[in-house]
Amino acid sequence: MHYNWDWGVFFHSTGIGSEIYLDWFIKGLGWTIALSLAGWVIALLLGTVLGVMRTLPGKILPKIAAVYVEIFRNIPLLVQLFVWYFIVPDLLPQGLQTWFKQDLNPATSAFISVVICLGLFTAARVCEQVRTGIQALPKGQTNAAYALGLRVPQIYKEVLLPQAFRIIIPPLTSEFLNIFKNSSVASLIGLMELLAQTKQTAEFTANLFEAFTLATIIYFVLNMGLMLFMRWVEKRVRVPGLIALGGK
Amino acid sequence: MISIKNVSKWYGDFKVLTDCTTEVQKGEVVVVCGPSGSGKSTLIKCVNGLEPFQSGDIIVDGISVGSPKTDLPKLRSRVGMVFQHFELFPHLSITDNLALAQIKVLGRKEDEAKKKGLALLDRVGLSAHAAKFPGQLSGGQQQRVAIARALAMDPIAMLFDEPTSALDPEMINEVLDVMVQLAHEGMTMMCVTHEMGFARKVANRVIFMDQGAIVEDANKDDFFGSPRSERAQTFLSKILQH
Amino acid sequence: MDFSSLITAMPGLLSGMMLTLKLLVLAIIGGVALGTLLALARLSNNKLLSTLAGFYVNYFRSIPLLLVITWFYFVVPFIIGWLTGTNEPIGAFYSCLVAFMMFEAAYYCEIVRAGIQSISKGQVNAAYALGMSYSQTMRLVILPQAFRKMTPLLLQQSIILFQDTSLVYAVGLMDFLNSARSGGDIVGELHQFLLFAGLVYFIISFGASTLVKRLQKRLTV
Repeated sequence: MHYNWDWGVFFHSTGIGSEIYLDWFIKGLGWTIALSLAGWVIALLLGTVLGVMRTLPGKILPKIAAVYVEIFRNIPLLVQLFVWYFIVPDLLPQGLQTWFKQDLNPATSAFISVVICLGLFTAARVCEQVRTGIQALPKGQTNAAYALGLRVPQIYKEVLLPQAFRIIIPPLTSEFLNIFKNSSVASLIGLMELLAQTKQTAEFTANLFEAFTLATIIYFVLNMGLMLFMRWVEKRVRVPGLIALGGK
Repeated sequence: MISIKNVSKWYGDFKVLTDCTTEVQKGEVVVVCGPSGSGKSTLIKCVNGLEPFQSGDIIVDGISVGSPKTDLPKLRSRVGMVFQHFELFPHLSITDNLALAQIKVLGRKEDEAKKKGLALLDRVGLSAHAAKFPGQLSGGQQQRVAIARALAMDPIAMLFDEPTSALDPEMINEVLDVMVQLAHEGMTMMCVTHEMGFARKVANRVIFMDQGAIVEDANKDDFFGSPRSERAQTFLSKILQH
Repeated sequence: MDFSSLITAMPGLLSGMMLTLKLLVLAIIGGVALGTLLALARLSNNKLLSTLAGFYVNYFRSIPLLLVITWFYFVVPFIIGWLTGTNEPIGAFYSCLVAFMMFEAAYYCEIVRAGIQSISKGQVNAAYALGMSYSQTMRLVILPQAFRKMTPLLLQQSIILFQDTSLVYAVGLMDFLNSARSGGDIVGELHQFLLFAGLVYFIISFGASTLVKRLQKRLTV
């Protein structure tokens, strides 16, 4: 099979305006980062609430959170995406439905679906990490906080969560990296994020090795960079005199 | 049979063995003792090449352990070793523990290997436990199986690395009895142990080590009668108090 | 809701599920085998070997599975063409299978490595002292114990793999999800078909992970 190697391909014109192929990658990366960050905000907020719920006394709230986790952990991400993209919009009230399907730019409506999907999917995992972090704290912390007269919301906000989050920085980092990688499913509903742009470049130029190599390098470098950054953060927020419970 | 010549060993910059030289004759029982961290376990592990050493050499039955050309697995299959923590294979039954290396290393037939294993199990008084798993036996019983496992390979010599120090006191004697019996049968043995009663009963020679060096290497009677070094004297007085 | 068209579509869904399961089983076998070799390489004293294996693992763990699937779909036919000199297309199934095996191997490798490291050094010494070679020590003594310990983790990873097989949608392979989607499209009942697919995935994953949790409890007691 014949193949024309050309590592300069990224600087060739795409034939659309003055765009070069590298611009496609940059635009794609922009979508990927936007998806990951927006999804992460939802995942972190909802995941924390659910994680706290799992550790509360009583029966109903922990149960609800547990059911949520099981549902979102045991259905493939792609099925969840189809549900948010194909099914949920049809269930919206009439006005909202027309707005979502017709008034919105297709890229925006796809973006909203993917962000909700990634956020809720990852929230289930964040929930489990938050729960593990809280449960790793000595029981005496809660008792001491009660003894000082703090109320339950204050105990979580002032005592438990600040400690728990420090412990779970490493697993949360890997969850964030997962959301970053998982955002590539957006390409399957036509959102032109990094993977979709790579595929398109490969198809347009026939230089598939170069295109996929660049995409791989971008993912790899960002992943490694984030991991190192989070290690630095972990060191920065470490409480002096406290040995980190969550590994070195 | 075993000849250790000027062996030295470093972990990085840290010297764990310093110029160790000694010899174990055929049929001889040599006890190696010394405070913890003195390098005695390291030295005995050098004899069958489980620990590499950087200078000197060890000759076992005419074969150099240090030489890169030596087929170490083959050499090890001829020297039995018993460990502090028994190291029976927990996923295999007692019978299979005894037979595994006979079949895979010596190439014996399965029924032959099992028969031999059972005979040795009987010798250490545990034939009733053949079908059990290591986790179902007491520490003393496991160590007796470990001795039988080593004997099943028909070794020319046996190495013991603190065989009783992980055992509850009431189980020590059942293991020592097996070792004494073995010594009486003329087995060549090198034993790292603090059991001075065992040393008095069967040892030909006693080696005392401290800080990686052989401080004393004497006949049993000389050692217990009049140890020369001060360090050996202090060690002995501490050990013999209990 | 009307589910009669689901019943009509059952043969198509079943053959989709067969493809999903075939892909899953082959990918688990290949992934665990390759992952075990990688783990041995990572733990080896050979610096070059362990660095290469470490790079392989970090590399595949930092890129999306979907990228690997798409990449291999485009590229594997090329490489096979160069190797064999023919233009024989190998088909989406095999390019996906290779992608899953190589991707999952990176994850299985870390599980196997932890499993091997949990076995004490004394076991290795004991096997060596009996005259066993490195390969005999690993095959007969260390790996059987390590695999026993890590079975729950390997199974959990395989449940994730089961869900991830649905990503073959990207290259148009008719697995269970894609059969459901296309079946639903044809009769104009996409909603029911997708919900049904989600339910089936849920029942299988949830059931399997419940069993794994029970197994894990039994192993730790």
